[in-house]
Parts: sequence; C-alpha cells; structure tokens
Amino acid sequence: MVDAVLLWRRLVGAQVRSQVQYRGSFALELVGAFVIAFLDFVAVLVIFHNTPRLAEWTVQEVAFLYALSSITFAFTDLLIGHLDLFPRLIRDGNFDILLVRPRGTLFQVIASDFQLRRLGKAAQGVLVLVYALSALEIHWTAPRVVVLLASIPAGVLIFSAVWVVFASLAFWTTDSGEFTNAFTYGGNFLAQYPIDIYGAWLRRLLAYLIPLAFVCYFPALYVLGKQDPLGLPRVLQFLSPAVALAVAVVAGCVWRFAVRHYRSAGG
Amino acid sequence: MIEVEHLQKRFVVRRGRLRRERHVVEAVRDVSFRIDRGELVGYLGPNGAGKSTTIKMLTGILVPSGGRISVAGMEPSRQRVELARRIGAMFGQRIQLWWDLPLLDSFELLRHIYRVPADRYRASLARFCEVLELDPFLHTPVRQLSLGQRIRGELTAAMLHGPELLFLDEPTIGLDVVAKQRVRDFLVEINRQDGVTVLLTTHDLGDIERLCERLLVIDHGSLIWDGRIAELRVRYGDERTLVVDLEEPAPPLRVEGARVERVEGPRQWLRFRGPAAELTARVAAAAQVVDLQIAEPDIEEIVRRIYTGK
Repeated sequence: MVDAVLLWRRLVGAQVRSQVQYRGSFALELVGAFVIAFLDFVAVLVIFHNTPRLAEWTVQEVAFLYALSSITFAFTDLLIGHLDLFPRLIRDGNFDILLVRPRGTLFQVIASDFQLRRLGKAAQGVLVLVYALSALEIHWTAPRVVVLLASIPAGVLIFSAVWVVFASLAFWTTDSGEFTNAFTYGGNFLAQYPIDIYGAWLRRLLAYLIPLAFVCYFPALYVLGKQDPLGLPRVLQFLSPAVALAVAVVAGCVWRFAVRHYRSAGG
Repeated sequence: MIEVEHLQKRFVVRRGRLRRERHVVEAVRDVSFRIDRGELVGYLGPNGAGKSTTIKMLTGILVPSGGRISVAGMEPSRQRVELARRIGAMFGQRIQLWWDLPLLDSFELLRHIYRVPADRYRASLARFCEVLELDPFLHTPVRQLSLGQRIRGELTAAMLHGPELLFLDEPTIGLDVVAKQRVRDFLVEINRQDGVTVLLTTHDLGDIERLCERLLVIDHGSLIWDGRIAELRVRYGDERTLVVDLEEPAPPLRVEGARVERVEGPRQWLRFRGPAAELTARVAAAAQVVDLQIAEPDIEEIVRRIYTGK
C-alpha cells in the first residue's frame, strides 16, 4: 500500500513536472478552469434570483451542498478524470502495455495522468464553501466536523467508483465515452442540488443504486441539522464512508471482471 | 520455458448496424509447441494468421478460449502480475515509454514499477547504453526520438528488470537497415550471453534468417511448420533458379531438366534441381547466352511455398 502510494507519487510527479514546464499555458489553464467553474455557480444564483427557496432549501444551504459536491468532484477529477480518455486506450490496444507490467491495471490507469489545472475547480468549490459557511449559522459540534471532513474522501471514493464502473464498459463497447460522461459529470450536476427536488425514481436511483446522495446530500443534512424532507432514516447520514468502501469494492470487482474481457486491438 | 497445448482463441465479432449478426472468428484454432530455455525462436505468418494473438495469450494480455499455456511454470492470464516480473515484452507498434518525458525518466519510472534494486538497475542501464548506444539521446523527450532511437529505448525498457524470457512483436518494423542490424545484434547478445529465451514475431525474413535457428509458422490460426531453418531449406528449398540473359528476346527455352518460370525481354528464369553445370551447358547450346546467374531460394521464397502448400 505504502509502496503503491510512493509509486503513484513518482508516476504522477513526472507528469506534473512536464505540465508545469510550460508555465504560461499552465497558469492560463488553471485560471480557465476556475472561471468556468465560477460561471457554473452563477447559474445556481440565477435560480435563487427567481425563487427564494428550492423545496425546503435556502440559497445558503444549496451553496453548501453545491460546494461540497464541487470540491469532492474536483478532487475526483484531479485523481481519475483522465478515465475519460480510457476508451481510447482500449480502442488503440495500448492497454496491452499495462497488462505486461507487474502492477494492477486500475492502479496504472489512475497513475497515468494528473491534470493539475483541475485544481482551479477545487478552488471555486472552496470559495463557495467559505461563502456558505459564513452565511449559514451552523452549530458546530465534534460529530458534525467529523461528518463534514469524512464526507470529502468518502465522496471522492463514491464518484471514483461510479466512474470506474462506467469506464469498464469500454472493454465491451470500446466507445462508451459519452455514456460514461452522462453519469460522471451528470452525477456531479445532480449531486449539487438537494435530491428532494427530483422525482421519486431519480431519487431512488441516486440514494440506492448509484449512491450519489451519499456524496453530499446525507452528510449535508446532518451538518446543517436539517430534517430530511424525505423522512429517510437518520442513520443514512452517517453511512457515507461505509457506502464508499462498499461501492469501491464493487467497482474493483467489476473492473477485474471487465479486464478478462479485454480483446486488445489488431496487429 | 514455454509450453502450449491445443491453444485456442475465438473472438465474437458483431457486424451490421441495425441487425447485428454474430460472427465467431477463430484467431487461433489449435496451436501446440514447446520452447526450451535459451532458445531464440521466430514466429512467422501472414497478416491475421494469429501470431500476435498467440503472443498476447502467452504474456497474459488475452485470456485463451481453450487449451493450456504454461510460461515459466505459470498460467499467464491467472498469474499475470507474477509472470510480468519475469518476462519482458516489446510490441513494435505500441509505445511503452512516456511520450513527454526524457528517455532516462521512463527508465527510472520502470525501475520503480518493477522494483529493480538500484545497483542492479545502474549496472544494466550502463550496459544497454553501451550496446545500444543510447547516450546521445538519453535526456531527449521520447516524442523527439527517431523511430530507430525509440525502438532501442523500448528494447532497453523491456530488458531493464532482467527478464528470463523476452517476447517481441515485430521489433524491426519500419526500421532502416542499420537500425535493424543493431537490434538484431542486441538480441543475439542477450540470447547468447545472458541466456534469455526469445520469441519474436516478424514479417521481416531477414530477422529470421539472421537470428533464429528454429521457426514456427502459423497460418489461419494453425501451426503449419515447427522446425529448424536448415530442415526447412532441405524440405522446401532444393529447387534453384537459373537466371539467363540472352542476346535478344526469345520464346521460353526448352531444355531438359528445367522449366521456364518467367520471361522478361531477353531475360529468362529457369527452375531446376540438381547440379547446375549440365544445365548451363545445355542452355548455352540452345541459345546465345550473354550472362548466367544462379539464385538460391531465399527464406521468403520458402515461406511462400509453405503458405501455398507446395
């Protein structure tokens, strides 16, 4: 495990060094990512310009949820966002190279890239969080701090697991990029709003099947001390880390199964 | 070192846009062979014959549909990671080096991926740098290397962790004569000096002729030859060709013991068996000859005969 982390740092470090070499273009990309993310939040403000509340949620509360989701997603994107390009790796047969090396294939795919510019999006999330925390009067207790802090790594793990599962489809379809995006970027979009504004089927999908509600909706309910408008069991609000571990295991199994269906490419 | 029994690989291919039809393609039908430690074996076959598919199953990239494989005592698709430490692989058409990084950085990363101890790494790197003359471009980003330089880098990458077995899929593809020779010399050296077992697929018959003692030939997914190159010559290569340049264009010559294979203006190609002396005398008697030349069948010709089953 420690060895894997050290190797990850080495592999990613090499990538980052080559990115930062072009300082000017790197800075521009960083700023660009931040501006795009900022405009995205403006869309939330536009909604609240027209309505004071979204279901039972105020603008500050939605901002909190939004920030939590954005930060979580930004870190996920930073860590494994390059899974977007994974179908190409499969199609070109370059996955072959990873299979002849004595390391896990998922690990190698994850360690193959690291786009530092995606920190721009995380910066936006942090800013929105600062705004939300200063505008909300949260009664801080130790458990609330713990739930808030734990929700970020748990959320990263949940988003990552969903991403890995959908990326695995590439082993069969070889071109599932857009379909995967619908669930990854789409998932982030859905997680930014309270799930009680969605229809029942979408809610159930998010709470139970693709457990994005555990990324921030349930932890946010607890931290904000809000009554669950859906009246779901309170214990769900503490379950994010456990759910994260469970979906990570599922994703690992799906990946393993998928790799055995790898067909390589001609030649 | 390698044992393969009744190996099979089927791919299911779906064709058509709307009504998708399932087709089963048998890339490898029934292949069995054995390679001992220290051998250098060529694996030959036309495009789509199943060469690469076999190599991919031997290295654990593809899971076989049937049959049994044992490489260094392991089952590749089940013990992939363990096997990967003991084998090296290089695919002429894939890039395993890091595109944007200097060559040396790629080697460093591989050292950590394979957990090669520092002193052993330094020793083997120094050796490969010398044999493959890597020093001039060790600090150049891989994307700026010429194909020949990159292939030399790839070979080093495949050998840095000291594998006992090296798989090469078309290692000399696209290389010029000088670069090809360098690669071949390198392969001979690691085979003779380090006792590395080498299995290489190629289209380049020069590779086969200069490197391999033993040849496996596959066509349509089945092995059609497994034996020494010398035997191959005896079996398929006893017919030679006499190239005759006449003074002026003539109809095909009729001489005993030979048949005209080709006519091009005043030049004719005669296929014959046995000693050439009598035949040349007969040809000289039959026509006004300017020049004569005897061509031994080259491996390319022999392989063509195997493929066509003659």
